[in-house]
Amino acid sequence: MTIDIKTVHKISRLARIKIEEESLESLKTDLNHILGWVEQLSEVNTSNIQPLYSMALDNMPRREDQITDGNYPEAILANAPEAEFGMFVVPKVVE
Amino acid sequence: MTKLTELTLCEARDGLVKKQFSAKELTQTHLQKMEETRSLNAYITETPEVALKMAAASDEKLAKNEELRPLEGLPIGIKDLFCTKNIRTTAASKILDGYKPLYESTVTQNLWDAGAVLLGKLNLDEFAMGSSNLTSAYGPVVSPWKIKGDNRQFVPGGSSGGSVAAVAVGSALATTGTDTGGSIRQPAAFSGIVGLKPTYGRCSRYGIVAFASSLDQAGPLTKDVRDAALMLKIMAGYDPKDATSVNIPVPDYEKMLSGNIKNLKVGIPKEYRVEGLNPEIENLWSQGIEWLKNAGAEIQEISLPHTKYALPTYYILAPAEASSNLARYDGVRFGLRTSGKTLDELYELTRAEGFGREVKRRIMIGTYVLSAGYYDAYYLKAQKIRRLIRQDFEEAFKKVDVILTPTTPTAAFAIGEEPKDPVTMYMNDVLTVPANLAGIPGISIPASFTEEGLPLGLQILGPTFEEARILNVGYVLEQAAQFKEKALKLRTSI
Repeated sequence: MTIDIKTVHKISRLARIKIEEESLESLKTDLNHILGWVEQLSEVNTSNIQPLYSMALDNMPRREDQITDGNYPEAILANAPEAEFGMFVVPKVVE
Repeated sequence: MTKLTELTLCEARDGLVKKQFSAKELTQTHLQKMEETRSLNAYITETPEVALKMAAASDEKLAKNEELRPLEGLPIGIKDLFCTKNIRTTAASKILDGYKPLYESTVTQNLWDAGAVLLGKLNLDEFAMGSSNLTSAYGPVVSPWKIKGDNRQFVPGGSSGGSVAAVAVGSALATTGTDTGGSIRQPAAFSGIVGLKPTYGRCSRYGIVAFASSLDQAGPLTKDVRDAALMLKIMAGYDPKDATSVNIPVPDYEKMLSGNIKNLKVGIPKEYRVEGLNPEIENLWSQGIEWLKNAGAEIQEISLPHTKYALPTYYILAPAEASSNLARYDGVRFGLRTSGKTLDELYELTRAEGFGREVKRRIMIGTYVLSAGYYDAYYLKAQKIRRLIRQDFEEAFKKVDVILTPTTPTAAFAIGEEPKDPVTMYMNDVLTVPANLAGIPGISIPASFTEEGLPLGLQILGPTFEEARILNVGYVLEQAAQFKEKALKLRTSI
């Protein structure tokens, strides 16, 4: 599978990263190089193999479903580039 | 008397107890070394005031002859991926510009509770993505190692590049690192120090800036094996704030360093003779086998059939998890913000400006392999192969107690001579990545040098939660290799 400029555009849109026009071509080359290289995985027979998402899922500890944290809006907002009235400020969103 | 910056962590501990020097003196000497070696760019943030305050508190305890904490008064450095309360934390990315966490990571809290002194926050590859420390927004770290009669500067390895450089040069007694695909073991090998990646779940990930959550694990970088044992005991442990941390007791690793490996079964995986393995490293591997044999171990060839698929599997899974984890850097809640007319434009411009080239590349790959239509072909396929890789190790550990391999396929490369295409660069981690995918512990021991005089490391892998065992084998290798003694002869002073 090779990806074209249109696909690079689409991925950058999904990832919310603006890519400058002049970088598109080299990024496309890099991505195709990496994807071409991982292609070798298709030669492994994985029928009847269950995916392994994490080491931890088998014996995760359980806890009571209770609130144990929170109630410090100032701390949450302390690092915000822009905050007002106890809220994060973003450009106006009207749909 | 040995210079204070040349002491190991354990030697400094013993010196403090015997009152040969004070915690303040010990800290000041390290701060001075930090200043003298600024050209290495190991530290992103220096915290001398915090350090002296913590050292003074330790001196008070030492004066009162109170029961001492295990790391009382010992100055260490922290990879700048661990959140430290009210102290700038950057992940070596522009996107976290100005970020000061309001909480402390569990691992660093454990270290402060044990009496350690914070010298500063150490440079790394941006978001720990790299094997050279060249992707840091704060500039590359320069290795303290040089070749005699050669002006080139070498990479310390990565991503924990600042952490290894500081230990190697003596601007910290020990440091913390994180290892997602080799980021502790590979730079430890490049820089001639000990680096331990514990079992997944052994150390809490709470408060560590996330890269690939199912693979990330914190561990120590130290001058020798005994120091690694001491550091790990403090760093490790169950943490209710990290659901993936495991609730089993932490043994006293230092006490378990017996040096006895008689009849221990050591596996040599034939698939690790990878393409591009430097002949000097092959020789070192054979030498390592001899050392362990001489100490009474039994050597066995084993097979880990899916080894060659580990690296491509990793380069699907790690970017996929990263693309999801790094979605939080949106210009709204913390760090850098680039204005845009719409919310989407704000996101797109902030992330374009804030992330470096390698991080963008990985987010893009991750986004692609998780996108509709490709998820099964890439992401799901890779998770299935991950199970096969873990099964390889499970089968192997039915036959052997530990596995011995080289840590890296080559020695460090010079800054400016790094591979230009990403895939060749990724090959640095070909021997370390399988342990992350399987969740097992691994340690890199400095063992020899290239003909030119650059360090090389051997890696020991063990079954889950057998850190004590790999430390003990590392201890045997360390004694056989006499690396420190050889290094003293070779080392060009800075």
